[in-house]
Amino acid sequence: MSGILTHAPALVIALPLLAAFLVPIIGRFNRSKGLGWFVSIILGLSLLMTLLMANHILSNGPLIYVFGGSEPGLTLPSGYTVPIRIIFQIDGMGIFMGIITAVVSFLGAVYSISFMEQHSGLEKYYTLLLLLTTAMYGMEFTGDIFNFFVFLEIASIASVALIAFRSNLSGEPAEAGFKYMVVSSIAALMVLFAVGLFYGQYDVLNMATIASVMQFTQLDKIALILLVTVLAMKAGSVPMHMWTPDAYSEAPAPITMILVAASQASLYALFRVTFSLYNITLNTVVIGWIIIILGVLSMFIGVTMAIIQKDIKRLMAYHAISQTGYMLLGVGVGLAVLANPVALESFGIKAMEGGIFHIMNHAMYKGLLFLTAGALFYRTGTRDLNKMGGLAHNMSYTTVFFIIGAAAIAGIPPFNGFASKLIIYESVYQFNPLLSIIAMLVSILTLASFVKVFHSAFLGPKLEQYQKVEEVPKSMVVAMATLACIIVFFGLFPDVIVDNLVHPAVMALINQVNYTSAILGGM
Amino acid sequence: MSIGLLETGSGYWQAIIWVIITVIIGIGVLWLRNKGKEEYKKNTNQTKPFLSGNPELTKEDSHVGASHIYWGFTEALKHYYQPLVNIHTGNINDYSGWVVLVMAIIFIIVGVS
Repeated sequence: MSGILTHAPALVIALPLLAAFLVPIIGRFNRSKGLGWFVSIILGLSLLMTLLMANHILSNGPLIYVFGGSEPGLTLPSGYTVPIRIIFQIDGMGIFMGIITAVVSFLGAVYSISFMEQHSGLEKYYTLLLLLTTAMYGMEFTGDIFNFFVFLEIASIASVALIAFRSNLSGEPAEAGFKYMVVSSIAALMVLFAVGLFYGQYDVLNMATIASVMQFTQLDKIALILLVTVLAMKAGSVPMHMWTPDAYSEAPAPITMILVAASQASLYALFRVTFSLYNITLNTVVIGWIIIILGVLSMFIGVTMAIIQKDIKRLMAYHAISQTGYMLLGVGVGLAVLANPVALESFGIKAMEGGIFHIMNHAMYKGLLFLTAGALFYRTGTRDLNKMGGLAHNMSYTTVFFIIGAAAIAGIPPFNGFASKLIIYESVYQFNPLLSIIAMLVSILTLASFVKVFHSAFLGPKLEQYQKVEEVPKSMVVAMATLACIIVFFGLFPDVIVDNLVHPAVMALINQVNYTSAILGGM
Repeated sequence: MSIGLLETGSGYWQAIIWVIITVIIGIGVLWLRNKGKEEYKKNTNQTKPFLSGNPELTKEDSHVGASHIYWGFTEALKHYYQPLVNIHTGNINDYSGWVVLVMAIIFIIVGVS
């Protein structure tokens, strides 16, 4: 068991990566559900390994893995003053994101078994899904900034292909894929440029080492601006959000759910850069307020644009933008008071806990909502809310799951969205009451928007064209039910998650000394 | 009850107590509802709406579609919505332009701070 745990950081990446290359071979013999089951089992094993790592990290501290080293934990072999190998550094924040990736990708695969059954080219679909999962794990676990760039690229390429996967239906998925390719290329170029600036100055690529020698020169400022801008764009922040409704609406529903988690991996990178790489060397008030303003814009413009949508997935995509605003707001407040120990202790840590907790909650309820939208599309063949109605008569499970997801995103107790939003409202109010009031207003508009979806799609008499509509197949119901159970559990027992997962994640972000000393020791 | 007790920074939240109170209130509402008039008869004229003497629409015709919901809200805020919708051009050149613009603004802010 300890041997598996020692190599778990490598195995959790290797398992889906190797399976991705096995899938085309298996696909030659079994093109139907067998492929989906195989991928689900692989991602289930990755999930188990992630939970195993989480248990270890939360009890014993960060997990370090040196690739190609004589010992996985030996970061500085004798004679070396800086680490030269690629190192995975998984702390409370990294494993928090890893759990989200593991859960979402596993349930996405389970849902795909039936949802994608009628499609051709499934071996390509599952290969890309596994590559995307691998890349997300890599972005969250790596401690090497160039390695982060590589995983960001793998995630982007896999995402582009998956968004455009259903181009046989119409030209729109290809167009959405192209747009995502362009914005991802811009992001990747800027990240690479920032990596070059770090390497040119400090001769190292390990993030903990860069953090330990950070001088905050003009070049470091440029690198910071490039990273903050493009990572905020990849997270879907307003006004750089416009790719999001295109990509989220055209991708197959389970992929949209995984894309939400992939965007959150970029959000994680934004927080990792500002807290672990720069920390108090930067002007935390200015960068904190920039993140807060991006958050408030995302919250408000996202929700108001959602209200006027008629395409159910575009509507939900705008809500994803809006919810990202809450995360930016909570963590932005934490960053703005990072250099002020009294304010940080008084409300900054709580604001960050609210923002970080909201990442996980959002992945669960937005994942569920996109899956319910997928279920409606699976049975009706349309995403147009004007063409739907009365579906609650025939799709009772989907209706219940939608109600749970919608109540959670609107922040209605006792669901998980309420718990994280309440922490954000109360802590942000102490920083600036207006920001908290805007956040509450956005929640009300979110509820209004989902009332519209519920009324349009589920309520009303049975429409003639949907008289024979049935509930979706079991694998889709199981994936949605699992997410619904998680939402209810997180809502009823939020303290379990906040105390055991969220608080360690926040402290891992704030405490830069622990981040650097895990690699460099007492140097 | 410490299980499920969430510290929010300014106070506490206990979802389980909220559920218990909601159930109790729900039972109370149901009890009150059952105290209603006994002469009420289902499926008679008593249950039909009175629409100023106009005939009642069929259920199929009375369903309000998504485009009509919140029409008043969007109409009242059309001066907010028109420019907002206009900037969502769907053109990838504009998407890239916004990134450059935001980057330039952050450059200026960080540069002068």
